[in-house]
Amino acid sequence: MTEYIDSATFDHLVSLAALELDAGQAEYLRRELNHQLDAIRELEAIPLPDDLTITSHGVPYPPQTSQPPRADKVTPWAQPCAILDQAPQVDDDQIVVPDIPHTTLE
Amino acid sequence: MELCDLSAHELSRMLRQRETSAREITQACLQRIEQVDGRPGSLEAGEITAEDRQRVHAFITVTAERALAQADAVDRKLTAGEDPGALAGIPVAIKDIFCVEGTPSTAASRILANFNAPYTATPVQRMEAAGAITLGKVNLDEFTFGSSSESSAFQPSPRNPWNTEHVPGGSSGGSTACVAAGEAPLSLGTDTAGSLRQPAAFCGVVGLKPTYGRVSRYGLIAFGSSLDCPGPVARNVTDTAMMMQVIAGVDPRDATTANVPTPDYLAELEKDIRGLRIGLSPDYFRISIPDPISGEYIQRDLPAEMYGSVLRAANLLRSMGAEIIDDVPMPNTRYGIPAYFVVSRVEAASNLHRFDGVKYGHRTAQPMNDLRKLYRVSRNEGFGLQPKLRILMGMYVSAAQYSEQYYNRALKVRTLIRQDFDTVFDRNGKYRLDALLTPTTPTTAFQMGAVYGDSVMMQFADQLTVPANHAGVPGLSLPGGLDNEGLPIGIQLLGPDFSEDVLLRIGRAFERATADDDWRQVKPRVLR
Repeated sequence: MTEYIDSATFDHLVSLAALELDAGQAEYLRRELNHQLDAIRELEAIPLPDDLTITSHGVPYPPQTSQPPRADKVTPWAQPCAILDQAPQVDDDQIVVPDIPHTTLE
Repeated sequence: MELCDLSAHELSRMLRQRETSAREITQACLQRIEQVDGRPGSLEAGEITAEDRQRVHAFITVTAERALAQADAVDRKLTAGEDPGALAGIPVAIKDIFCVEGTPSTAASRILANFNAPYTATPVQRMEAAGAITLGKVNLDEFTFGSSSESSAFQPSPRNPWNTEHVPGGSSGGSTACVAAGEAPLSLGTDTAGSLRQPAAFCGVVGLKPTYGRVSRYGLIAFGSSLDCPGPVARNVTDTAMMMQVIAGVDPRDATTANVPTPDYLAELEKDIRGLRIGLSPDYFRISIPDPISGEYIQRDLPAEMYGSVLRAANLLRSMGAEIIDDVPMPNTRYGIPAYFVVSRVEAASNLHRFDGVKYGHRTAQPMNDLRKLYRVSRNEGFGLQPKLRILMGMYVSAAQYSEQYYNRALKVRTLIRQDFDTVFDRNGKYRLDALLTPTTPTTAFQMGAVYGDSVMMQFADQLTVPANHAGVPGLSLPGGLDNEGLPIGIQLLGPDFSEDVLLRIGRAFERATADDDWRQVKPRVLR
């Protein structure tokens, strides 16, 4: 198996993904990532015409089958308490989170 | 035969003729759940016992009181002479990836284990408005990320009712297992790479992946936003059509639903299939898999039983007047999985960033004085390995320096896959197909634990189903026989955009042709 993702690249990805992993998880995940990239390499062998466009979703959306944009209108939710009840920490109807410590930009 | 073993359309007829009540039907299903399901999926499952290994474990949450209240409301309407709706009194199990107001909606993940949905997904809302009885929420792979249902954070994970040492498939394994075991006549699942059709094939039931945009995704916890399709699971084609009739159609709350009229699926069902052109493609009779030793990709023919079931179906359909077209080329089928590894991971990573321990879901109990640390620790505690793997891969292949090599290339390969379908379904083209007939899966249900952990081999279980997701076209998986171990074999019909009515009609014709087959009389082992 080719090592496409070395440990430094992996650590950077973990940071960007807002995750923290223990050593066992990191070993498994990096191995599987490299394993999957082996499978993805199959794509490189496919000859693609220069003018081939991308497909972001399979089914075309011509105007006659597309929905018009919704009106840009705010509709109050009937039960805001049901949403606030789901928040892990609330104070006076405000969701509470820790601070982001001050960082001096370089 | 008990009420819970009857089809939805038979139950509907009996209910309207007052031969039974919605409460009796619901109680029969709840009793079956009690008999075969075993303990529900839980975050603190402990050891899997010998008893666990003989049960189905389809459900995470059974909402018995809610279901009985809904049943009583249907019975009251019937007594009052009111129209109770198209699915009146029919119990349905909901894959726990859909929000249902006031019930836990977990995505089978620790990160949403404590989440009670404040609103109801459109397909569920439409079924409940049509009188369906919601029995509860069924298990799945965590966030739908898998093909065996084993990756659920809620253990024991579902097991196959035909042989509980085997997986039910996934990610809609709870849906297909509970329908196969008679716990519910209908279930609502989702299909992103085959997550309805593959488990339907493994459990010997019918699964329909509708055209992308045919069924609303409002209230569906998103995985791959350009791929996800909600759809029905049932024990026969008529019940599938009944459910599809209710859930299909444009939804102002989901801008990706297409403004296309919904046909009368039930009226179309019994029409004959004379003149329909059904194709067979050699590209669906072989699979590409990585060699476990060398890692090189090798092509293998499908097991003879899988191939034989499709050929037999083709011959039966030919005898009913369909025209069978051989040697239909679908040359980009083999690239479906490599392209899916890229496209789905990018979309998954994007969708999973919303889970951060702030607004809802799991937040670490550790004291935190840095918001960024809170994100990292909460996500690490809340996500299992498969979501983490998908997030990391999605971020890697969409990174600025790799996106041309991976993501854009995969989206172009997706174009080629779509072109394969456009070519063979073209009304003015060489093939002019109404449908392609293929196996649903490369194998029958594999053993629990046999593949889990190998994320590449697990993904290749979807090799014959994922092209339809790239292309957006509909696909129907039907029971097509049993293998020499008594496990179900699935056959698949793929059609042009919005041709679900034609696929259901062909499927119903196949059901009629095989109604007296010996394999149709065999019950799943948990019911013997």
